[in-house]
Amino acid sequence: MEKDKKSQPEITCDCHGCCGSPAAEEPANSKVKYVSEKGWVLGQVETPVGPVPVVATKLGWKDKLAGILVRLGFRRMSFSVRPGLYAVGQPGRDSYIFVSANYKLSFDHLRKNLDGLNAWILVLNTAGINVWCAAGKGTFGTEELIERIRKTRLFRLSPRGTLILPQLGAPGVAAHEVARRTGFKVVYGPVRAADIKQFLGHGLVASEQMRQVRFNLLDRLVLVPVELSLVIKYLFFVLLILLALRPLGVNLLSWKVLYPYLGAILAGSILVPVFLPWIPGRAFSWKGWLVGLLWAWLVNLNQGLLFSSPTNWIRATTNFLLLPGIAAYLALNFTGSSTYTSLSGVVKEMKIAVPLIVVSAILGFGLLVADLSGVW
Amino acid sequence: MKAHRYLKNVTTLNYEPAKCTGCGRCAEVCPQRLFQMENGRACLLDRDRCMECGACARNCPFQAISVRAGVGCAWAVMMSELKGWKPIGCG
Repeated sequence: MEKDKKSQPEITCDCHGCCGSPAAEEPANSKVKYVSEKGWVLGQVETPVGPVPVVATKLGWKDKLAGILVRLGFRRMSFSVRPGLYAVGQPGRDSYIFVSANYKLSFDHLRKNLDGLNAWILVLNTAGINVWCAAGKGTFGTEELIERIRKTRLFRLSPRGTLILPQLGAPGVAAHEVARRTGFKVVYGPVRAADIKQFLGHGLVASEQMRQVRFNLLDRLVLVPVELSLVIKYLFFVLLILLALRPLGVNLLSWKVLYPYLGAILAGSILVPVFLPWIPGRAFSWKGWLVGLLWAWLVNLNQGLLFSSPTNWIRATTNFLLLPGIAAYLALNFTGSSTYTSLSGVVKEMKIAVPLIVVSAILGFGLLVADLSGVW
Repeated sequence: MKAHRYLKNVTTLNYEPAKCTGCGRCAEVCPQRLFQMENGRACLLDRDRCMECGACARNCPFQAISVRAGVGCAWAVMMSELKGWKPIGCG
């Protein structure tokens, strides 16, 4: 989740010539750049509040490619859609109104699951951030929703409509407040947009399963490329430093020197996420440290550093100090991507883990530098 | 599938059953399914699994639930310590 924070739209002006639609209109001084509507806005439908854009319910290859790139951290383009009203199919005065964030991935997830339905989509201005994160910040919130209902004159468009909010928007929205101040009936839809049709089929009732946030193996595997793309950025800088050290006679660009660290990185950012429920313990940093310790032991074994000379003992200690620390730190950062950690828990974990990681890293680095400079 | 469990006895979630009128919103919104309606009142099940998202408290019309809402994200906590950002939201 932490990654989506960086998807704040670039501040430049481009209205794509679509400002004519009062329903989806933004103030004239709006400087936010939105994703081009070409390809996914099929046309317009005339309504009592003016023309409303009709959106496709099948994702095109451009939508899919952009989605993959955004997930991998390519955020040069802004990835937000214009807040306001959209139509799916041919909605009318009784149609459901689905509420979404103006992060295009959130919006795309919603519209592709409304295929064959007639419904309205009300997109809130969450500054291009997904529903869950925006609800945490309060931008997917009570005030924004009420304001957006007023701005779009929703009561004229669908006076008997029911607002269906994503369940993960609930941390930001007080449903009873919205109902009291706007007169609309408000229900929370399922956690996953893929369950929407079943939810509608059951008369707006979600099963326990639909209401539960999951974090199964597949959910975690999907995050692996994201975790890696974050680590690769750090690795790039490390590589530059190592290259800079070369002319000084310190050649560290060898597989033998680097593989223990690459392994520790993989342990923390891939092995821990994938094997999360099976690694003993509860704290993420502890899980990372354990896997890192196992890795350090394997490295020492492989390099023949155990049960031999004092110099080798020091090298083995260096590995035992540095490698589990790296894995612990990376695993700790995975708390942000997980779906079950609490702020209080993370704060408690960090109070213990961070000082230990720092001390271990300083000692390990000291030994490493001493070893490289030939102290013994 | 093994259930994920995070640290014990840390959550700030507090529920006062006496204030509950049985509207069922908390049971509707909790992504960890910790509230269940029983005999017209919400019942708090497994407190330790609370992730402090704040959905229940925000959606309780009678202030029967309180929690210090935030995101369980180490990066966000670090940034809030280093730069004074609020440890809410994602990063």
